[in-house]
Parts: sequence; structure tokens; C-alpha cells
Amino acid sequence: MKKVKVYVTLRESVLDPQGSAVMGSLHKMGYGEVEDVRIGKYLELVIGDSERDVDALVNELCHRLLANTVIEDYRFEIEEVVSQ
Amino acid sequence: MKFAVIVFPGSNCDLDMYHAVKDELGEEAEYVWHDSKDLSSYDGILLPGGFSYGDYLRCGAIAQFSGVMDEVRKAAEAGKPVLGICNGFQILTEAGLLPGVLLRNKNLKFMCRTVGLKVENNNTLFTNEYEQGQEIQIPIAHGEGNYFCDDATYNHLKENNQIVFSYADDFNGSRNNIAGIINERGNVLGMMPHPERAVSDLIGGTDGLALFRSIVKQWREANVSHA
Repeated sequence: MKKVKVYVTLRESVLDPQGSAVMGSLHKMGYGEVEDVRIGKYLELVIGDSERDVDALVNELCHRLLANTVIEDYRFEIEEVVSQ
Repeated sequence: MKFAVIVFPGSNCDLDMYHAVKDELGEEAEYVWHDSKDLSSYDGILLPGGFSYGDYLRCGAIAQFSGVMDEVRKAAEAGKPVLGICNGFQILTEAGLLPGVLLRNKNLKFMCRTVGLKVENNNTLFTNEYEQGQEIQIPIAHGEGNYFCDDATYNHLKENNQIVFSYADDFNGSRNNIAGIINERGNVLGMMPHPERAVSDLIGGTDGLALFRSIVKQWREANVSHA
């Protein structure tokens, strides 16, 4: 069994109005040193034992559904889960 | 002409869509649930607005894998008119039937009002009853209507006259004020504004009627022989 942590982020070329609003708020709070805020998504998947290569599988999941690669990039980490 | 109004869990403009073609134009229409496996008996496919699957993950992302979408693809490949309005447009982009994507409005607000639209291309099966360049008033109601595409896609849309409607003013951040686009073949239209909500003076205007009339007119000319 494996735990997969997927991070989906907006591409650099895409404006992130949510991130800009949060940055504006941080600036108002006095944190002027914050230069940029980008908001993304974090997903955790648990993948059962499979014949398939997990790396290839997660790439496929990201491409087909979890991320829209027109506007989003993704990366992921795979952790081995030791069953108790 | 017989229309299918596709109903996803969370669709909420399906009744308006049905009303527009059935009651206002007197055509046949049926509601079709999202797991239907056969759309072959319909002449036109309507994907209504709403919040399919709660807009979870991204608008339209989950609906693109509904059982009926294989049939919608088949209908598009067969050249049947496929019209996606609002969430229907978002579903068509997620499904890859139209290019680009709809982002959050630039001001982060859900916006609900009547706006001015310009008919950029009246040489389509959806717009032949409008004048080229005509300004019409159509309601919008969306939080994610900010059309985005890369430069190459935009140039391609422009060269092929695939931009069908644009907003008179920029209020949601859409690239070049794009409000609606069509596929290369010219039978799949996606638009954020709601023509189905502008089909009667009782509800504030009739500028949307010509869109539905265009579809029916084109279909009649192609399929009904005149004695």
C-alpha cells in the first residue's frame, strides 16, 4: 500500500486572483515582506497493491482528472505505508 | 426537431433550457439523465448550467466522465449541434470538446446580471438568425466565467472565426472578452451567458430566442424536404 501526496498548482502564466487577495490581506496586516502568494490544491491518495507502476498510474490520474494541464502543474510524492 | 437536455446531479438550468425549446419554440425535448448510454434518437444536445457534482475539484471536471459524455462525444462527431451553456461550457472544455478553460472571475465574485454581448460570428448554425456584429442583452450568472487560453490557442480561434460571442465590457477577466466559442467543425458551441433565460418579455427580454431558432432553422433546412 502506498500513500501519494499530490500538489496541484496554477501555472506561472495564469493569474491567481485568490492568491492576490490573500497577499493584499497579509500586506494590510503588516507583513510587507510577502512578495507573492499562489493558492493550490493538496490531495492525498491511498493506492492499494497493484501490478501497475505507481508513478505511471499517478501521472495518468493527474492528467485525466486531478489537474487540468491547460492551467495547472502538478507534482507528487509516494510514500510506502507499512501496514500494522 | 428533438432535443436532449442532459441532467447532471447539480444541474439547475435544465428546466429553463427545456422551456426555451419546448414551450417557446414548440420543438420536442426530453430530459436525459447523466448515465444514459444512448443519444442516437436526438437531433440536438443541450448541456445546461448549474453546478454539476458540486463543482468539486474544478467546474465540469467530474461531469466530463459521466456515462453520457461518451454519447455527447459521438453526437459531436456525428455533426449534431451540441450547445453547452455556463456549466455546460465548463464541461465541454474539461472534456476537451472545446479548447481553453474557465477560471474564477477576476474579482472573485459570483456575478448575476444582464450584460451586453456582441455577435462576432453569425455564420454558424447557432447564430444565423442574428446580424453580424449585433449587440444583444443576455443574462449571466457565474463565478467561474473567466475564459483562459494560451496565445497559440487564441490565435487559432481568431483565425478560424471560432469566437462567436464577446462581452461588450470586461467584467470577469475573460481573454479578449470572449463569452462563447465554437469548435472547428462548427457544431459544438460553449458560452457562459444564458440565452435560455432571455426567451420571453415576461422575464426581461427575448434576445436569446434567435439562438435556438437558428439551430432549428439549420436543422430543418438540412433534414426536412419542402414540397
